[in-house]
Amino acid sequence: MTVGSAARSPRGPGWRIPRALHPVAWWLWAISLAVATTAVTNPVLLLLLLGVLAVVVVNRRTDAPWARAFRYYLGLALTVVAVRVVFLAVFGGDVTTQGVHTLFTLPRLPLPTWAAGLRLGGAVTVEGTLGALYAGMRLGCLICCLGAANSLANPKRALRVLPGALYELGVAVVVSLSVAPQLVESVQRVRRARKLRGGPTSGFHALRGIAIPVLEDALDRSLRLAAAMDSRGYGRSAGTSPGSRRLTAGLLVAGMCGLCLGAYGLLDGSVAAPAGIPALAAGAVLCTVGLALGGRRVVRSQYRPDPWKAAEWGVVLCGLVPAVVLLARLATHPAGLNPSTDPLVWPTLPVVPALAILVAGLAAVIAPPPVRSTHRDTGRAAPPAHGSATAGAPSGSNRQVAA
Amino acid sequence: MIEFDRVTVTYAEATSPVLRDVSLRIEEGELALVVGRTGVGKSTLLGAVNGLVPHFTGGRLAGRVRVDGRDTSTHPPRDLADVVGVVGQDPLSGFVTDTVEEELAYGMEQLAVAPEVMRKRVEETLDLLGIAELRHRALHELSGGQQQRVAIGSVLTAHPRVLVLDEPTSALDPTAAEEVLAAVTRLVHDLGVTVVLAEHRLERVVQYADRVVEVHHDGTVTSGAPDRMLASSAVAPPVVELGRFAGWSPLPLSVRDARRLAVPLRDRIALRPVPDPPRSVVRTRGATALSARRIVVRYGDVTAVRQVDLDLAAGEVTALMGRNGSGKSSLLWAVQGTGARQGGTVDVGGSDPGSLSPARARRLVGLVPQTPTDLLYLDTVADECAQADRESSGASAVGARALLDRLAPGVPDGMHPRDLSEGQRLALVLAVQLAAAPAVVLLDEPTRGLDYQGKRSLIGIIDRLAAEGRSVLVATHDVEFVAASADRVVVMADGDVVADGPVGEVIGASPAFAPQVSKILAPVGVLTMDQVRLALPEAV
Repeated sequence: MTVGSAARSPRGPGWRIPRALHPVAWWLWAISLAVATTAVTNPVLLLLLLGVLAVVVVNRRTDAPWARAFRYYLGLALTVVAVRVVFLAVFGGDVTTQGVHTLFTLPRLPLPTWAAGLRLGGAVTVEGTLGALYAGMRLGCLICCLGAANSLANPKRALRVLPGALYELGVAVVVSLSVAPQLVESVQRVRRARKLRGGPTSGFHALRGIAIPVLEDALDRSLRLAAAMDSRGYGRSAGTSPGSRRLTAGLLVAGMCGLCLGAYGLLDGSVAAPAGIPALAAGAVLCTVGLALGGRRVVRSQYRPDPWKAAEWGVVLCGLVPAVVLLARLATHPAGLNPSTDPLVWPTLPVVPALAILVAGLAAVIAPPPVRSTHRDTGRAAPPAHGSATAGAPSGSNRQVAA
Repeated sequence: MIEFDRVTVTYAEATSPVLRDVSLRIEEGELALVVGRTGVGKSTLLGAVNGLVPHFTGGRLAGRVRVDGRDTSTHPPRDLADVVGVVGQDPLSGFVTDTVEEELAYGMEQLAVAPEVMRKRVEETLDLLGIAELRHRALHELSGGQQQRVAIGSVLTAHPRVLVLDEPTSALDPTAAEEVLAAVTRLVHDLGVTVVLAEHRLERVVQYADRVVEVHHDGTVTSGAPDRMLASSAVAPPVVELGRFAGWSPLPLSVRDARRLAVPLRDRIALRPVPDPPRSVVRTRGATALSARRIVVRYGDVTAVRQVDLDLAAGEVTALMGRNGSGKSSLLWAVQGTGARQGGTVDVGGSDPGSLSPARARRLVGLVPQTPTDLLYLDTVADECAQADRESSGASAVGARALLDRLAPGVPDGMHPRDLSEGQRLALVLAVQLAAAPAVVLLDEPTRGLDYQGKRSLIGIIDRLAAEGRSVLVATHDVEFVAASADRVVVMADGDVVADGPVGEVIGASPAFAPQVSKILAPVGVLTMDQVRLALPEAV
C-alpha cells in the first residue's frame, strides 16, 4: 500500500520522513467518518468502523499527553451504550415497540394518566433492547470519531488554523488545554497530601479538602499562564478601533445564528422553507465577512507552518469515500445498513459499505509516520509500527479496547 | 534603559503602597540584582518593568515607568513584548506550547517575525543556551534547569533588550542553578542584554551583579554598586557577612576575592579548635527512631529509589541532598508510608507506617510536603488548628495552636492561611503535622521562598524539634541551610545513597555542595558564620 511513496523514497520501501499531518486533514477525515456513521446502525459495520478508528489512532498518534485521549472517548462511548440500553429497559423509551420475544419482565409501576406515553418497568423485549443497543453504538461511534480527531491532531496546532478574529477565544482554549492535564496531577498531589493529615481521601467529606487546594492551584496556574502569554505579545493588535471590533463581533454573532437556524431547518423537515438553505447561506456569508474583517486585526506569523501535501489530500479522500458510499447506499440499499430489529433479523455484512469503511483505514498508511520523541532520541530509526499496519490491526484494536 | 520616575504602586484594598516613591535608573547592559526580604514588593518592582503591574495585576501605579523610551501606562505588556522578556519562578506554568522548538518560536509568531528569520533565530538561541539537543523534546519531560533555560530562550528569540527574571533558580539544585546563571551572565557579557534579576540566594548571583537594588520594608528602594549596597543591606550572603565581620574593604562578593583577602583570618582561625555549631541543646545521637531497609520506589519503568537503607536517630537532624529527580522526595514519601513503595521495610517503634492507616501513620512519621499549601483548605488559621487537633485526637498534650505559637509566635487566629507569609504558612503546616506528635519529622524542600531571616527561624524550629528528642530529616538543595542546621548529610544520586556522614565531611569537601564560608576558609573545617563568630569571639 505504500508503493506510491516508497517508489519516490531513495532508501527503499517503508522509509518516510516522520512529520505531523495537517490537523485539518485529520479533522476532515474524522468528520467524514462521523457523517458516514450517521447512516449506519448495523452493529457489524459499526464495530468495523471502530476497529478502523483504533488502528489509525494507534498507528498515527504521537506520544504527547493529548494523544492518549482516545481511550477516554472509548470509555465515554461504552457508557453511552450502557446508559441507553438500561434506560430503555427501565423507561421503555419506545412504547410502540411490539416485540414478541420477551427477555425478562421488570415490575411495572403504575403512572398517573397525565404521564401517558411514559412507562416504568414492564416487559423488556429483545427487539427493543437491540434497537437501543444499535442506536447507542452509533452514538458511541460518533463519539469515537471525535476522540480519534482529538488524539491524532495536536489541539494547539489545530487552534492555529482558527481565523485571526477568533484569536481571543484562543487564550481561553490554550489556558484550559494546558491547565487541564496539570489539574489531574494536582488532584493526585493534593489527595496524597490529605493522607498526610490522616483525613479521608474519598467521599463527600474529602471533597472540600481536595477541591479547594486544587482549584486555588488551577486558578494560580491559569493566571500565571495568561500573564506569560500577555508578556510574550499574545494578541498584539495592530491599531484597530473599538468600533471595528464591535462590528466583527456583531457580524459573527448574526452569522452563527443564521448557521444554527439553517442547520435546524435542514434537519427538521417540518420547519418553513426559508429556515433551511437560505438561512444557512446567509449565516455563512455573515461569518465569512466577520472573520475576514477580524482577521485583518491580528498580525502574526507562523513558525514551520503545517504543509498541505499529497498525504493530506489522501487522508481526506480516505475519509470521504465511506461518507459518500454509505450515504448513497442509504438511499438505494437501506436494509444492509440498518438491519431491522422488529421482526428480528441477523445483521449481515454488506460488502460495498464494508469495503468503503476499510478504505478509511488506509489513512493509517497514507499519513506520514508521526514524530515520536522516543524515535528522536534513537536518531533516525524507522518507526516500528510502520509498514505492518494491516498485519498489526487486530492486536492494535485489542490493545485499545483493553485500555 | 529602564527608568522609574517617582513610582508608587498600591494594590486594591491595600492600606499602604507596596512601592513608595521609587526613582530608579538601570542603564543599558547592566545586570541589576533586586534584593529584599520576602514579601516586600520585589515581584511588583519586576512586574512594573513590562507593565504587568498594573495592567494585569490591577492596583494603581502613580508616576512613570519608561522602558527604552516607551511608557508602560500607554503600552500594555503585549506591546512591550519586543523590548522586555519576562521569566518567572516556575517555568512550566509559563509554557504555552508543547515542545522546545515551538516554545522558542511562540513569542516571535506573536510579533509577526518573518518565517525565515524565525528559523534562524531559533537555531541561534538553541546554541546560545546549549539546549540544541533538546529541540524536539516535550517541555514537561525536561529537568528543572533545562526548563528554565528554555524559558529564557523563549523570550530571547524576540530579541528583547531587557530581560526580567523573577527568582529563576529558586526551584533548582545548585548545579542546575549554575547552568542557568551562567547562561544569564553570558547574555549580559556577550549580547549586552540588560538584566533585572530577583533572587533569594544571593550567594549564587551577587558576584555577577553590576548594581544592587534593595527594596525596603516601607516600599522605598535604594540602589547602587553591589559592594556599597551590601555593606548595609538587610539581606546578605555568607561571603558578605564574613567580609563585614572581618572588616574587609572593598567588600568581597565572590569566593575568589574573599579567599585572597582571607589569608590572615585563615591563619588565625586555624590555630583554634573548630567550634561546634551553636545549638539549644548539645545533640547526641540517640536511639534509632526510624530504620528503613532496602526501600524500592518505581514509577513505571523508572526506578526512583534503589534499595536504599536509612537509619534516623532520635535528636538528630539529617539533611537529604542530591540533584533534582535523584529520588529524595520519593524516599521521603515511601518512608512516611503514604507514598508508593515497591519493596523494603520501615520500622518506627516496632511498626511499619506503610501498613497502617494514614491517621495512625502520621503519629509515627510526620511529613511536610514540597507544596505545604496542599494540606490547608480551611478559611482561618484557627479552623486549621482546631481541625488538626480533631485529626490527631489528643495524640499530643499540646494543641496545634500552642505548637504554632511556639514555632512562629504571633500568627493571628483570624487570618486566611493564604495570606500568611511563606515562613508562617510553613510553620502552620508543621504545627498541623506536629499535633499528631510524630517521633520522626520529614521536611521536603522547606526553604523554598524563604529569605535569610525566614531560614534562620526555620533553623531555630528544627533545632527545637531535635532538642525535644525528635528525629528530623530535611530534603533540600540549600547548602548554607544544611551547614547551619544539620548534623548529618545523606546524598542521593539516581536513586542510590552515594554519601552518608557528618556535615563537615560530606559537604565541606564537595566542590558543588560546600558552603561559601567553608570554601573561603578551607582547609579549616568551619562551615558557617556562626562557627566563625564562636571561634574568634574577640574579633571586631
